[in-house]
Amino acid sequence: MDVITIFISAIFVNNILLAQFLGNCPYLGCSREKSVAIGMGGAVVFVTIMATLFTWLMQHFVLDTFDLGYLQTIVFIVVIAGLVQFVEMFLKKMMPSLYSALGIYLPLITTNCAVMGVAILVERKGYTLITSLLYACGYSLGFLLALLLMAGVRERLDTCRIPKMMAGTPIALVMAGLMSLAFMAFKGMAQ
Amino acid sequence: MAVVKEFTKGLWKEMPPFRLVLGLCPTLAVTTSAENGLGMGAAVIFVLTLSNMLVSMMRHIIPKTVRIACFIVIAASLVVSLELLMQAYAYGLYEQLGIFVPLIVVNCIILGRAEAFAAKHGVADSIADGLGIGIGFTMALTFLGSLRELLGNGTLFGVQVFGDAFQPFTIMVKAPGAFICLGLILAGMNCINRWQSSRSEGEPVSVGCQACGACGGCAGCKPAQLKPMESKAKEG
Repeated sequence: MDVITIFISAIFVNNILLAQFLGNCPYLGCSREKSVAIGMGGAVVFVTIMATLFTWLMQHFVLDTFDLGYLQTIVFIVVIAGLVQFVEMFLKKMMPSLYSALGIYLPLITTNCAVMGVAILVERKGYTLITSLLYACGYSLGFLLALLLMAGVRERLDTCRIPKMMAGTPIALVMAGLMSLAFMAFKGMAQ
Repeated sequence: MAVVKEFTKGLWKEMPPFRLVLGLCPTLAVTTSAENGLGMGAAVIFVLTLSNMLVSMMRHIIPKTVRIACFIVIAASLVVSLELLMQAYAYGLYEQLGIFVPLIVVNCIILGRAEAFAAKHGVADSIADGLGIGIGFTMALTFLGSLRELLGNGTLFGVQVFGDAFQPFTIMVKAPGAFICLGLILAGMNCINRWQSSRSEGEPVSVGCQACGACGGCAGCKPAQLKPMESKAKEG
């Protein structure tokens, strides 16, 4: 499968937020302002790609070799948690500007199910390392795109009159539904 | 009596995800039918009750600085046992729920309850809390699943409810239906809250991230609370 098909499939057709429902907590929580959305999205892109690399290597060289497949869940979450901690320390030391930009979002990513979801997803589909990394890249860019679109819509919503009972999360969910409806139009472009 | 109170608060007052907006991913993804919602809920009851119990038992041993990591490892071990159990006894359901079974580990509810409740309370209270919240979550999931199945397929637990004349809204069992359905239910909950608080003149109960306060897991809350949006709203 060529690179463009993978990207279209991961970003638009199987968008991780709108079609697969992974990572909805930050989707609703971090989508109030565009700057926040970019910070969170950027952190997720970075960590997802790193996490997919490491979990793929763990799966193929440790779990499969020693026949420990049933430990997948626990190993993956430990790898992700450790990785996030490591990335945080590394950025703090080497790139303080990026660290302060991502700041509070980094530790929260551990429990973002998009990261772990992508790692398990590419594992279950049995992709090679390169394909897995391309998918991870595509899925996380799709996350960034959906988050950014939502933040744009919600910034406009702040200036609108909406019924009191719909304010906040309910209207955001309905907006997400409409956005998901729009993304459904991409179906058929790729698997 | 305290134990009973901890148990019952999960059933309505703090029912996730309708009252505390936590654990949205499985809520949206698996509720294509009432049966799936019930199954997912049962899986969460299992993990949540046991993780609350273990966290509460070990709360004096776990050092404060690494507590989140410890909670995650406890939850992960329970999820692994759940996966093995489901593969043995409920393989159909395991296939249906797919990727969302291992993802129970990163469910905000599990970590949120461990951090906010079990780490500070005794074993009996924590078990009651876990059971209550778990059952509340199951009820919410089953309700959402029934609604979507009813509108999207015209069936309930696989049984045909409406006659042949009913034209199902296929959209309800697809992705957009999940978001819209949950959004409307939350709006309905807001409505009920306001009605209740206006009747009792008590403090209004807020639904959403502000209400949870303690979600160590849920990535959403903290950034959102940092910068209130009022000033921007006025400018526009």
